[in-house]
Amino acid sequence: MSEQLVFTYEIPGDDFTRAGEASSAIKNKLKMLGVENSAIRKVAIAMYEGEINMVIHAKGGVLTVTISDEEIVMVLADKGPGIPNIEKAMQEGYSTAPEEVRSLGFGAGMGLPNMKKYSDEFHIESEVGVGTTVTMKVFI
Amino acid sequence: MDKFIRSVRLNEAACQGCINCIKYCPTQAIRVHNGKAHIIDKFCIDCGRCIRYCPHHAKVPEYDSLNVLNNYKYTVALPAPSLYAQYNNLTNVDIVLNALLKLGFDDVFEVSAAAELVSEASREYIKAHADEGPFISSACPSVVRLIRVKFPALLSKLLPIKPPVEIAAEIARARAIEKTGLPSEDIGIIFISPCPSKVSYAKAPLGIEKSNIDNVVAIKDVYPLLLPHMSKDESQLKPLSNSGRIGLGWGNAGGEVGGLLIDSYLAADGIVNILRVLEAIEDEKIHGLKFIELNACNGGCVGGTLTVENAYVATTKTKRLLRYQPVSKSHLSTHPEIESLYWDDDVEYEPVFRLGNTFKESLEMMSTVEELTKKFPGLDCGSCGAPTCQTLAEDIVRGVATSNDCIYVLREHIASLSKEIDFLSKASGQTCGFEDESTKLLHEYIHKLTTELDSFGVPERKKPEDQT
Repeated sequence: MSEQLVFTYEIPGDDFTRAGEASSAIKNKLKMLGVENSAIRKVAIAMYEGEINMVIHAKGGVLTVTISDEEIVMVLADKGPGIPNIEKAMQEGYSTAPEEVRSLGFGAGMGLPNMKKYSDEFHIESEVGVGTTVTMKVFI
Repeated sequence: MDKFIRSVRLNEAACQGCINCIKYCPTQAIRVHNGKAHIIDKFCIDCGRCIRYCPHHAKVPEYDSLNVLNNYKYTVALPAPSLYAQYNNLTNVDIVLNALLKLGFDDVFEVSAAAELVSEASREYIKAHADEGPFISSACPSVVRLIRVKFPALLSKLLPIKPPVEIAAEIARARAIEKTGLPSEDIGIIFISPCPSKVSYAKAPLGIEKSNIDNVVAIKDVYPLLLPHMSKDESQLKPLSNSGRIGLGWGNAGGEVGGLLIDSYLAADGIVNILRVLEAIEDEKIHGLKFIELNACNGGCVGGTLTVENAYVATTKTKRLLRYQPVSKSHLSTHPEIESLYWDDDVEYEPVFRLGNTFKESLEMMSTVEELTKKFPGLDCGSCGAPTCQTLAEDIVRGVATSNDCIYVLREHIASLSKEIDFLSKASGQTCGFEDESTKLLHEYIHKLTTELDSFGVPERKKPEDQT
């Protein structure tokens, strides 16, 4: 088995100012590893959107990033309200974000679509009342 | 030519080996080893922050003395717009320009006049490449160097236009050659600079092959020498100035974007603020911008380390000076002597922070960095000479430091060694038997010493071991 590195981040709920800390830290690590810019960009954007989503909808969660020489795997797991209709949630512009979030410039309904767009593999599992787990892969 | 040239040097005698500079360096380019600060060339972006913050003035900016005027048959002064902001109640730039001639320069060409040409070219460029923005200003050499080592994805966003001082130097040289008929090497193009970053730029410019600037002198050296030559009688002045509000405003934060005549821009100053903005642009968190102006110094060039006046006072003085000026006095159409305003080459990414030579090697090294960082106390105290525990770990995997550089690791090491000594001493006492009083006393003394040394050990680990 090839070597891999695992990083785990607790994403705090309801603190917008801290969303993006994890993606920023990972971005710097990827640069130190010499990963291609295009892959770093995909990871940074997808992960930031994921962090924001966890803050807005799920009062935080856990983000686990696994880096190997083939891929970067990001798993975002929360114990939030869950998504009743995933198909609808994946549509661009569809948003259930509360007004106070939209007034801050978030909640444009591009979060999940962007996460899918910027990852090479995207998988989402959700159960209402239990939580949501998103797995994103970016190949390097 | 050294691509990692820098214009700050250490005054060894003045350096006390404290940790101020390593803590303030935005690229973590300084380490204290053997009681002296050392700058790692390839990490340094020449921002001048260590010069500003060293309480012992051990970080010295490098620039030329005014004696360089004697090296040429004909000299042209290129005053930075920030020079004017040093003087009180200045309403006419010609007072300063005429004083430069009296000081010994044969001619002057204002950087602010060239700045108006750069503004004009930038407006055209932004319009012609509307879909490729936002563009990042490339006038501050430290910003370009920061992006070169830390933000490879943003290199293509750098405005590929030469900085105003380079355009000024080109025009000044062409004019001097035409006027005097002298060969180029007899002509000295001398920039009066607010910062040492431009000193490095003149020696090893990015984006172009070679700079037309021959020497760089400091505003703080020129400022007092001009004072006695500054005439109050304006009727006696030669009309030399060719710049208006746009050009003169370039010395202040927000000045460059002021010349672009657009409203979808961002202007940030101060190296720490710039880093945040660049992170945000890289992550595409900021939308709808056409241009991003970045100045490494707080307040813009008026905040440079070679200036005299406080940056914010200088900003107010500039505003007062601008009040009496037209919008712009220099235009591209009247400068046919400029061959090209654009860069010759792209600036290439320098992956200086990369850990290993291959991904696999880097991954292994990073794995060790993570293990080491967990072992360190996480205080970022700087006692090891590196700015943070993480940087020490990186230095160790790069082979330039050891774990024992960490004072906490060293304390534990001493404690465990002393335990071993105590054990050996007791063991030897038991096998040999305490033959005489003096051996017994010696063993007691060793026990006392090792117990004391043992107490140096760090009693409670800050981090629980189960984190791994």
